Amino acid sequence: MSALTEPVAVPTKRAMRRAENTPKGPKESPLSRVGAMTVMLVFTLYFLIPIWWLFVAGTKSSSQFTSTNPLWFADFNLFANIGNLIAYRDGVFLKWMLNSALYAGAGALLATLFAAMCGYALAKYRFPGRELLFNIVLGGVLVPATALALPLFLIFSQVSLTNTFWAVFLPSLVSPFGVYLTRIFASASVPDELIEAARLDGAGEVRTFFTVSVKLMFPALVTVFLFQFVAIWNNFFLPLIMLRDETLFPVTLGLYAWNSQVNQIPELRGYVLIGALLSIIPLIILFLLLQRFWRNGLGAGSVK
Amino acid sequence: MSAPALPAADARRAGSRSPAPRPRKIKVSHPGAIAIFIVPFAILFTLFYLLPIGYAIYQSLLVVERDGTFGKATEVFGGLTQYILVFQNGPFWESITRVLAFGVVQVPVMLGLALLFALLLDSPLLRGKRFFRLAFFVPYAVPGVIAAIMWGFLYSPNLSPFTALTSNVSFLSADLVLWAIANVVTWVYVGYNMLIIYSALLAIPTEIYEAARLDGAGQLRIAWSIKIPLIMPAIVLTGIFSIIGTLQLLAEPQVFRSFSSAVTSTFTPNLMVYSTSSIPNVNLAAAFSVVLALATFVLSFSFLKFTQRKEGK
Repeated sequence: MSALTEPVAVPTKRAMRRAENTPKGPKESPLSRVGAMTVMLVFTLYFLIPIWWLFVAGTKSSSQFTSTNPLWFADFNLFANIGNLIAYRDGVFLKWMLNSALYAGAGALLATLFAAMCGYALAKYRFPGRELLFNIVLGGVLVPATALALPLFLIFSQVSLTNTFWAVFLPSLVSPFGVYLTRIFASASVPDELIEAARLDGAGEVRTFFTVSVKLMFPALVTVFLFQFVAIWNNFFLPLIMLRDETLFPVTLGLYAWNSQVNQIPELRGYVLIGALLSIIPLIILFLLLQRFWRNGLGAGSVK
Repeated sequence: MSAPALPAADARRAGSRSPAPRPRKIKVSHPGAIAIFIVPFAILFTLFYLLPIGYAIYQSLLVVERDGTFGKATEVFGGLTQYILVFQNGPFWESITRVLAFGVVQVPVMLGLALLFALLLDSPLLRGKRFFRLAFFVPYAVPGVIAAIMWGFLYSPNLSPFTALTSNVSFLSADLVLWAIANVVTWVYVGYNMLIIYSALLAIPTEIYEAARLDGAGQLRIAWSIKIPLIMPAIVLTGIFSIIGTLQLLAEPQVFRSFSSAVTSTFTPNLMVYSTSSIPNVNLAAAFSVVLALATFVLSFSFLKFTQRKEGK
């Protein structure tokens, strides 16, 4: 349990470094060092070359795309390509990026808030049906989002809400995994004495949550937010089944639609490539910014 | 979880308050706050998780009846008619077999690699750990659809940077396209699984293997005999999520349909659900969904039980 929190995980890592610096026992042979580095370097190429290729492809004009070395630059047309992409069809690509940002950003923020409140209540209050509720939510973790897409479509069409913003946005506000993670984290990192002290100071329960407990739960909240953001940003089946109106598409669905028309409209190929490149940049930036949280905290839920 | 311990604790609390201890009835303090905390999630969870599951089951029990060939269609209760159709549906079971074959190969390869990288990151053998951790995790930032589009180009016989390979080996042919998709999924998720396993490794106190090192155990021995048994729960968790993901395959094969005619509209169970629902035959599609969800649950649950029993020995 105690290993769940970042403050605990970090000293462990430091202890490990200490152990490395003062070697006891047998020294690692140079051969195994070289072997380990080789394995990692080879796989670095495997993981990064596709992205490198996409970046290089994004900088080329369509004529040079096929005629020059695919893994090295020709004339640098990245900004011209981006300009063309944004201008294409009245900037529908930009619209898709904004849609994705809204679906994923606002959706993940609210989902994290709701999950945190529920997980916190499950951890810190006693009430009848608490374990039942938690077990139902836990069952929800095992229900894949794709399995819900079709029935959600049927329900939304009953209330004539398919092909609207809400059809994609509302279902993404639920994160059972977030409830699970925040509950575990809240019981480990928010001391009962602190809540008691806030009560004695006259703070209400809800206010205590927002002013005191949220701060203590912050690493878990970032993890939940990140997970949910990625899940919504990557979501494909739900928008595919819900949306017909192009201006509501998230970027994944938009690029998918273009890609499936490449055979009829070859000029789309260039737009798909540069669009794919631009669509992964926000997530990479988010990962880099929040690195210190996911680096050790990502697996928090798996450590029992 | 901690379920068995809680009723006892509740009973003790209740007992200390009232002279006649009645273990079941406890006084709930701060009911208002609890409601404020729980109700938003509970409503959304009910509307967008429980209700769809119930509605899918309901829809799967209906059949469409028509008055004559061109008459008006009405939905009537049909019992398990749709499920009989599901069990008679050859392409559906072919698609299930296909994703199972995919999972039997892809999941062990992906998790084996993830475990290897996590152990190497945790060993004193490497330099530049921060870089490797980030480089291996970056593909997780690429949505499945985008990764599939990208690899579709990389596999292409004439656009790929590796045409020497792709013009000789047809990755998009009927024989290989399933494994071409397996590679895309592996590429995206190895780093993510690696991080989950790695954070489990970080949680092991180092004192545990200091003694082994003093006894002369090498890194390989420590990894095999100490680290892997201790991080089993994390590996099992990644296994369950991977099994679920495999049965739910949709985005990657759907994208590959525009690169390869070998990927049909019945390639995976979820593609089957999608194409059946757009015919439209929502009742049969709902029955497919229910069977698929049940299969997913049974498979991940038995995997969990199986690994737990093995650990118990």
